[in-house]
Amino acid sequence: MRLLKQQIDKKDGSGFAVLLPEEPEDMWHAYNLIQPNDLLRARAMRRITKESESGSVTSVRVPIDLTIMVSSTDFDVGSGQLHVAGKVSAENEHVKLGSFHTLDLELQRKFTLEKAEGWDSVAVEMLKEAVDTSKRAQVYAVVMQEGLANVCLITEHQTILRQKVEVAIPRKRKGGIDGHDKGLDRFFTTLLRTLLNHIDLPSQTPPYTPVLLASPGFLASAFQTYIKTIATATTNKPLLALLPSILIAHSSSGHQHALTEVLSSPAVLAKLADTKYARETALMDKFFELLRKDDGRAWYGPKEVEQAVEKGAVGRGGGVLLISNALFRAQNVAERKRWVSLVDRVRDVEGGEVRVLSSLHESGKRLESLGNVAAILTFPLEDLDEDDEEDGARAEGEMEF
Amino acid sequence: MPPRAGHSRVKALDYDDDDVYSDDDYLDEGDGDGMTDEDKEQLRLGTINVKSALGPSISIPDTEIQEALWHYYFDVAKAASYLKNKLAPKPVAQTKKQKPISRFDLAAASTSGPSPDDIVLNAQAKGTKPKKGTSKHATGDKATNDVTNSVSALSVEEAPRVKSKNLDVLKEFEKSDMKRMANFVVIGHVDHGKSTLMGRLLYDLKVIDQRSVDKLRKEAETIGKSSFALAWVMDQTSEERSRGVTVDIATNYFETEKTKFTILDAPGHRDFIPNMIAGASQADFAVLVIDAGINSFESGLKGQTKEHAMLVRSMGVQRLVVAVNKMDTVQWSKERFDEISQQMTAFLVSASFAAKNLTFIPCAGLTGDNIIRPPPANTFPDDWYTGPTLIEALDASEPAKRALTLPLRLTVSDVFRGGIMHPLSISGRLDAGSLQVGDTVLAMPAGEPATIKGIESESESVDWAVAGQIVTLHLADIDPVHLRLGDIICTPANPIQNIKRFTAKILAFEDVFPMSIDVFRGRMNAPAKVVRLLSTLNKASGAVEKKKPRIVAPGALAKVVVELEREMPLEVGTRVVLRAGGDTVAAGLLESVE
Ligand SMILES: Nc1nc2c(ncn2[C@@H]2O[C@H](COP(=O)(O)OP(=O)(O)OP(=O)(O)O)[C@@H](O)[C@H]2O)c(=O)[nH]1
Ligand SMILES: [Mg+2]
Repeated sequence: MRLLKQQIDKKDGSGFAVLLPEEPEDMWHAYNLIQPNDLLRARAMRRITKESESGSVTSVRVPIDLTIMVSSTDFDVGSGQLHVAGKVSAENEHVKLGSFHTLDLELQRKFTLEKAEGWDSVAVEMLKEAVDTSKRAQVYAVVMQEGLANVCLITEHQTILRQKVEVAIPRKRKGGIDGHDKGLDRFFTTLLRTLLNHIDLPSQTPPYTPVLLASPGFLASAFQTYIKTIATATTNKPLLALLPSILIAHSSSGHQHALTEVLSSPAVLAKLADTKYARETALMDKFFELLRKDDGRAWYGPKEVEQAVEKGAVGRGGGVLLISNALFRAQNVAERKRWVSLVDRVRDVEGGEVRVLSSLHESGKRLESLGNVAAILTFPLEDLDEDDEEDGARAEGEMEF
Repeated sequence: MPPRAGHSRVKALDYDDDDVYSDDDYLDEGDGDGMTDEDKEQLRLGTINVKSALGPSISIPDTEIQEALWHYYFDVAKAASYLKNKLAPKPVAQTKKQKPISRFDLAAASTSGPSPDDIVLNAQAKGTKPKKGTSKHATGDKATNDVTNSVSALSVEEAPRVKSKNLDVLKEFEKSDMKRMANFVVIGHVDHGKSTLMGRLLYDLKVIDQRSVDKLRKEAETIGKSSFALAWVMDQTSEERSRGVTVDIATNYFETEKTKFTILDAPGHRDFIPNMIAGASQADFAVLVIDAGINSFESGLKGQTKEHAMLVRSMGVQRLVVAVNKMDTVQWSKERFDEISQQMTAFLVSASFAAKNLTFIPCAGLTGDNIIRPPPANTFPDDWYTGPTLIEALDASEPAKRALTLPLRLTVSDVFRGGIMHPLSISGRLDAGSLQVGDTVLAMPAGEPATIKGIESESESVDWAVAGQIVTLHLADIDPVHLRLGDIICTPANPIQNIKRFTAKILAFEDVFPMSIDVFRGRMNAPAKVVRLLSTLNKASGAVEKKKPRIVAPGALAKVVVELEREMPLEVGTRVVLRAGGDTVAAGLLESVE
């Protein structure tokens, strides 16, 4: 995302930023930045009816600049479309103040965002991340098991499920494996077609984005062999050129959450070592390792973590706060403030480390299971969960973020 | 507002519609008979060729020729030889201009061609009433003639609904005095000799003939895997053979005087535990194969020997025959056998097997010693072993209880094309209840009805089946897209419900905390999450020890809430296995549905 203009007061955070989304991933950033009650200004096409002097009515589409006070956002991960709804907050010759409108943000069309509550530390940090245009690693990952595959695109900030492929493969049977072999072949054919649809080789130039194939057993390498065979048989140049970009890894299943295992495999880490994704995966692994030790240094769940911070256990010397960006998308202003102040306290007061995980990565999903927030403590604490009332902390982990 | 993954938009649908679900095998075929255009063309040409191969003196209805062709994957010579064998008057059989047919082909033809029963059944399925008194199990000429008659009376286009005979299946079952039967799963660490042992058993019992084994030996030698020849009886796919590893369950049958057995040969490799679970879920008891070799036993303990044993126990298997295998590699040593038996007994008892349900048999699958016959004298030094052979131990198994009177539940373990007359067939074990030809059943989670137009048990057509049997059902009136592995076939009168969230009592194998897991039940393998840890329980009393624990440690008993990504057919009392990252995390019993 390109930052066209920024006027944010260092002290109270008031002000605005003018941004130009340039690639699909920017929609995800915009989605994370735009909060209810913010003021959003962008260009929209509106159908205007005009009555001429003779009394005939014509309808024309005109571009108008609309400013709305955001009431809700709607983001579709697959298509990367972001719709923002709200009430018109600045009078315009075509639309009435207070009327309800939806702005569809689009690539290469700038928008202006002014924060209702001012730009807090988390928002500023997000803005920084969003406008960091240094080239980032991307990788296609296909996790597969016999008859099932999930084709995903892993970017710096998102894991996008591109397509799920399911092909019925009859099992091996007494008196015939013909059905099985045919089914497997059909599975590979369908999967390769799907994969190529998404990669769209003709529109790219080598070296291609790496393609990671992962499965239990030998399925992934069998698929690799299949791709080789097809590429050679059809002397398909782009496909032949893709071959060196294919990596094989191990996963225990073809379900999307098996990506976690893939990402911690050495082969993959070598390629992705520097990405946010890999760092987050490593961090979550470390957290779970500590949790397994069960020595009171790993805690999860909103209340528990808040208490741990309160007791000064998430500070200098190894304290880490892991928090999902889903919490900052809270519709409720007070709720967002709660998390922003927790982050501020850990970073600025306690001197601990803060990691904001993307809820769209597998690591973020692992964190989601734990209530979207977890902490590695500098010293052990026990019984943070004792005074927990009935459906307290843990229940929040199940909220739909 | 939460971001929407592409597929969350269609949550209400059974299957995401932006996902690719290809059923080409079934769907590409313009009409209902389960054939692609290519198939049809092959069939048309094949029919002409078979006719000319058979010569003018033999007249066989096209439908039958086509059935035979289908079975032999359009191999004209095999189909013709099969038909000739079955139908032609003997003297006319030597027709001209026919490729010589090898004895092997003939042997294959007589074992795997469509049985007369099949054809009778097909004829019935097409609506012809069988003559009164025609026994389903009649074999030989009489049946063949009936077949010819009824098949020629058919009009091919018609496919009227299957009529139910309205049998009282439970009475029929009692009357039938059905032979004792048992399904067992063969488990154990990779390469410990499971498939070889079963290949040997079938070979020595003459279920597999000398010729076929010779053929396997030769093929195995060619690729430098001669020691795997017997395993290849079970390992049939090219992947399995070239790698020397079982990937998926192999099913086979044999019988003793007392019992009809179904073998479910499981893979030992940890990557294929999902398939092993699918096999174990159909078993009445298990054979645990242990390599007695130096270091092999020990490395198995760290690997799947223990995991498999714990898995089958948690899936309800109580009886274990432990085959202490490859005894030839340790000179049939008593010390080694005792050492293994003692260590295993201690472990298995701690995994809540009753000591009286454990039988240890020293044997060697490769040499065939102590499998169906005791080894020659002095094989065991000083003949220290005088106990049962493997097959005697198998035969000593108590017949499994059958949940005959409970509502019908069948877990689908395969969906395939069962032949030209059966474009859509499924197989699986009847976990509860009974069914008969003509029944309407419900496939869950799709909630789609289907008609049973044929039932096969151990490759033979039958009218009905009861709990405990592993059967093939030929279905009609349902689109294959509604059937997937792990689905449940149930009765519309008492269907299983699709659920999204449930509470389970679990025994943790690994640390459990709120996390992503896969839920396994039979062939079903569904992504899910442990969303809440309710409590840990005292192992002896079952009383709550700690509410809302942060983590459940390995070996502990706990209550947790699990949420599935998609609704699945599960009910209270179902046993499930929870796995993550290739490890078995816990085994559980479904206690309540939210
Ligand atoms: N010496 C000896 N070797 C054996 C015996 N039984 C099996 N083997 C050898 O062990 C190897 C593995 O045999 P398999 O039958 O494929 O083992 P498996 O347990 O089925 O292996 P998976 O299904 O892949 O887990 C083969 O090379 C066999 O020849 C035995 O009794 N003695
Ligand atoms: Mg095997």
